[in-house]
Amino acid sequence: MTIWQFILQSPLTWLFITLLTFRGMVTLNRHCKGHPLANPIILSNGFIITLLLATGTSYTTYFSGAQYVHFLLGPATVALAVPLYAQLPRLQKALGPLLIALLIGGSVGIISGVGSGMLFGLDRELLLTLAPRSVTTPIAMGIAEHIGGVPQLASVLVILTGMLACVLSVPLLQRWKWDSDIVLGFSTGIAGHGIGTARAFQISAGAGAFAGLAMGLNGVITAVLVPFLLWLTKL
Amino acid sequence: MLETLIVLVAYQWFGEVVSHALGLPIPGPVLGMLFLFLTLMIRRGIPHFLGENVPKLMGWLGLLFVPAGVGVIQYLDLLERAFWPLTITLLVALFATHLATAGSLKLLLARHRLRRLRKWGGKA
Repeated sequence: MTIWQFILQSPLTWLFITLLTFRGMVTLNRHCKGHPLANPIILSNGFIITLLLATGTSYTTYFSGAQYVHFLLGPATVALAVPLYAQLPRLQKALGPLLIALLIGGSVGIISGVGSGMLFGLDRELLLTLAPRSVTTPIAMGIAEHIGGVPQLASVLVILTGMLACVLSVPLLQRWKWDSDIVLGFSTGIAGHGIGTARAFQISAGAGAFAGLAMGLNGVITAVLVPFLLWLTKL
Repeated sequence: MLETLIVLVAYQWFGEVVSHALGLPIPGPVLGMLFLFLTLMIRRGIPHFLGENVPKLMGWLGLLFVPAGVGVIQYLDLLERAFWPLTITLLVALFATHLATAGSLKLLLARHRLRRLRKWGGKA
């Protein structure tokens, strides 16, 4: 084995590249004055995917190193309880409107994905995979598996949705000045789950807290609503 | 930092155990978040180590999504094949979901505030 092969096969190489790339992209994002298109997650993904293709490295090899970063998603999700608790007074005041908006957003999330997919004549398996597209990856994969979609593909659609939310719909809401912590944060958590939540934390701790709350709640009600709506529509 | 890690892992672990034991469709970390939130409500406060370390963790939350995002590489051929239908579907659904949620919440909050104000005004 040459030294070059050793480097490409070593998990540590890919862990290091993941950390370093993200750090570099954060700097680049600051240079672009936080422009939504210079999203550090998207830039890092683009760079690393190009690198993997150029070196002929498999995702399995990449993930053998990157899994240590991926693993931290669990504890980080738990940690969302802390900023949320810091918003407790505002949360209590707005509880009614938040729950109604959750129900509306959660339903629209499912119906809009499956509905517009149907208009384009996507096949049934893909439609079922689209249904849980707005919720955090582990829940989306669980739902997709349960109803006969493709769990791996569900995670890809979830990630793409989150990225598109950061680049397109969050800037739109900001432009329209629908940018109070509660409205921007909560809706971004519903539409863009964890990736949207990471973006909301860049805007403010309050927005991040409401995004985290929305992500968790939307995951729970989507897990209940998807099977119910499928049964209702006999899809 | 060690205390923070212990608390977060403990709640995730407990969430995983409960999720598995009850056969819930909710993943362990989401349940763990709920349990930690309830604990903070009972405690009526955030322990200083969590208050210090968690905001730092939230600052680079984005990093944690990079490995899963690179997973798109496994589906490049599908994404290429169904590029336009899939892209338009994702966009339509994203805007519908985001705007429906933000719009309804904005309206509901305005009504809610008005009602509170009226109630308060009536008493005064």
